[in-house]
Amino acid sequence: MGEDGQNVIIINGNPYAFEPGETILEVARRHDIDIPTLCHLKGAPPTGACRVCVVEVEGAASLMASCATPAGSGMAVHTETPKVVAARRQVLDLMLASGNHNCTIRQPDEADWTAQQLKVMQEDQAEELCPVWGDCRLQELAFRYQVTAKRYDPAKTLYPQELANPFIVRDFSRCIRCGRCIQACNEVQVNNAINFGFRGAALKIVAAGDRPLRNSDCVFCGECVQACPVGALVEKDTRYRVRPWETTRTRTTCSYCGVGCQLDLHVADGRVVRVTGAEDVAPNYGSLCVKGRFGYDFIHSPERLTTPLVRDGNHLREATWDEALDRVATGFKAIRERDGADAIGVLCSARITNEENYLLNKLARAALGTNNIDHCARL
Amino acid sequence: MAGLAATYGSGSMTNAISCIEKADVILITGSNTTENHPVISAYVKRAVTRRGARLIVVDPRRTKISEFAQIHLRQNLGTDVAWINGMMHVIIQEGLYDKPYVESRTVGFEELKRMVAKFTPDFVESITGIPGDQLAAAARLYASGKPASILYCMGITQHTTGTDNVKALAALAMLCGNVGVVGGGVNPLRGQNNVQGACDMGGLPDVYSGYQKVADPALRAKMAKAWGVAALPEKPGLKVTEMIPKAESGEIKALYVVGENPLVSDPDLNHAEHCFQHLEFLVVQDIFLTETARNAHVVLPSACFAEKEGTFTNTERRVQRVRKAVAPPGDARDDLSIICDLSTRLGYPMRYEGAEAVFAEMASVTPSYAGLSYARIEKEGIPWPCPVPDHPGTPVLHMGSFSHGKGIFFAIDYIPPAETVDDDYPLYLTTGRVLYHYHTGTMTMKSEGLMDRAPECFVEIHPSDAKNLGVAEGTRVTVTSRRGSIEAVARVSPRVRPGMIFIPFHYAQAAANRLTNARLDPISGIPEFKVCAVKLAKAA
Repeated sequence: MGEDGQNVIIINGNPYAFEPGETILEVARRHDIDIPTLCHLKGAPPTGACRVCVVEVEGAASLMASCATPAGSGMAVHTETPKVVAARRQVLDLMLASGNHNCTIRQPDEADWTAQQLKVMQEDQAEELCPVWGDCRLQELAFRYQVTAKRYDPAKTLYPQELANPFIVRDFSRCIRCGRCIQACNEVQVNNAINFGFRGAALKIVAAGDRPLRNSDCVFCGECVQACPVGALVEKDTRYRVRPWETTRTRTTCSYCGVGCQLDLHVADGRVVRVTGAEDVAPNYGSLCVKGRFGYDFIHSPERLTTPLVRDGNHLREATWDEALDRVATGFKAIRERDGADAIGVLCSARITNEENYLLNKLARAALGTNNIDHCARL
Repeated sequence: MAGLAATYGSGSMTNAISCIEKADVILITGSNTTENHPVISAYVKRAVTRRGARLIVVDPRRTKISEFAQIHLRQNLGTDVAWINGMMHVIIQEGLYDKPYVESRTVGFEELKRMVAKFTPDFVESITGIPGDQLAAAARLYASGKPASILYCMGITQHTTGTDNVKALAALAMLCGNVGVVGGGVNPLRGQNNVQGACDMGGLPDVYSGYQKVADPALRAKMAKAWGVAALPEKPGLKVTEMIPKAESGEIKALYVVGENPLVSDPDLNHAEHCFQHLEFLVVQDIFLTETARNAHVVLPSACFAEKEGTFTNTERRVQRVRKAVAPPGDARDDLSIICDLSTRLGYPMRYEGAEAVFAEMASVTPSYAGLSYARIEKEGIPWPCPVPDHPGTPVLHMGSFSHGKGIFFAIDYIPPAETVDDDYPLYLTTGRVLYHYHTGTMTMKSEGLMDRAPECFVEIHPSDAKNLGVAEGTRVTVTSRRGSIEAVARVSPRVRPGMIFIPFHYAQAAANRLTNARLDPISGIPEFKVCAVKLAKAA
């Protein structure tokens, strides 16, 4: 920290050093000071669209969006004053009233509440609460700031849900128009498939002239789904089937291409039910492609091999591990005795782990006695 | 890999993926990056759109990534050495190369200079079809990059001249001082999740883990001692592309195939199937009853990545954890325990507490992994070489000096592809992947969603050729080479050049590899998947 107060910002009464160019939000996050956000997407330029991250800056005429305001030397910032809280409540109130946010926090008078729930159920074609109930940034903030949307009439639904692709459900009635998905698509993945369309109250996220995603430049990487803070973009397979508190997560490495994206497998009842990108680590920082995010069906495919098979004449029949492995060992030993170890070849694999490949290399050279080991790197 | 190893002393991506963020100029060739390495393509697209990095794409197909390029050169198939030499010609001629770097860090410049002298833009145009002025512009742009990064993939390596292509790219990078530099490098993008690891672990006929040569008596003795055997075989083994033909000649009697599906991925499939028929004993260990497993004498059901512990090494040499999230189905077992059990039955007992114990043993005999442990990579992977436990890992190779001292310029002449078009087979075929599928499709084709997006094989054909042959979008066509024939629907598109077609190789029902040429690069043993001659007609 410079002694002359250069590059020092005061947040809630405490001084913090900052790097020139850092925003108030970035400095605060780096020092574990919580400023809530909805539209802010790490790694993309700030848009200042949602106004949830506003803070009070001493001497400024109005509240400032902390995501878009650079930290300044000697700047004094307050992140949770009554004025700030009132502004956040108003923003959240409007958002909550703007669509089918049927989480229990929304409680206008009772008759309206029932009418609203019935309307949402009909539009969802489901007797469930919002598909992201319990996993929604808006719901969290509405609870934190005790916002109920009581003052506003429920919104009319302008656009029907889009279900016409295998991966992503677009529910415009739950969209808060924060633009995170657009940032994810255009700034992070640079697929440029979606953008804002129409104006004012009719504002909508559109793909290629307001067509379904499947007829647009969308490549179904799902970056937008992971970025969506509410229930507007949801994985089709997971919708209503899995709630976050029913799952455990395991961090692992994707098994498709060589990029080695880090991902979390979400597991319920012994099955992988959802995949999300790991946002805090190299090499992908949360990004995935369509295969990594949606191509996990093979894990629980009914076509998986579940028992060893051995050949009897023209067909393969089920066998025990003992029978199968004995047949392999006997077969290899007989050929080695008759024709030498170099009559046997081992193809290890670019698909299995390092440990398994190391052991296959050891098995070929030390146990079988041949250097005939290779894999399909060349193919 | 052989090309990079010969030039720099080490065959892998020289730089970390994140180096793309620091590149001033990026040259991509033989990589359909957005479909095959989508997350890396996002790094490139961000560099271009957000930071103003300049992109050169050299690819016969109009790929998505080429839309982001400042210059897109579309070469004739199999003419890569010619355009790379042409770029070096212009760079040397115009004095744009990095003289201090060339003098202090390389050998062989004079030979290179003599070789590329004849590759004038006009001469290169006559071979590659790339207009001379465009080639010169690309050369100047690459030379202006401080630093400039090269990314390439199978479009460079899957040729009979694949090793030559890589050596030429490696020379281009050194010429402009781009190797051993943050943001630069020569970077092969590996196509499969653990192809880097399989190579690192000694899954190659001539080396133990960490590329320790089998032919070196001292290393052989070291490994024999570590593994508790009296001696290890001296003679380097056979490559996969040699083993399979030798099944036909009877030199190979038995194959143990783990997690591979050569009966879709091999070139000239009809011949490969014939070779497999000759095997006396075939053992396949896999998660599905693949085309290869159907021919086996014993099939061993194994666990997929979500069902086991271990590590994969990614394309940038980063060693990362794999963790068990669910149990394998039925009686399926993880490969590690199957291998140990089998080895024990072969009279060579293997017993480990688990994957971590195997990793520890491997690290103890593998210098480039010696400093790595599960504890160190718990949160984030580390790129090798990592020789000691407090070493931070090596995101950029060859800083200061090359693995074998000085970088070697190889002077390479242009050789045409093994098969060229003629009156009987007038079209060139190249093969590749699509976004929604992976290799032989054993995993992706189990997904309804992915199948919905990419349900069947297709033949991409230029509108002018389509018109001449009376083919329209969706017409069923038969494509025939000297080796086989397949049927698929036509997709008429200017993405390919006139005179060439593209077919994805994923689909077993219409396997592009029934058509491809099994002629190998003499050094790497990689088949020429990317060029062969075919004819095309409406299906009967």
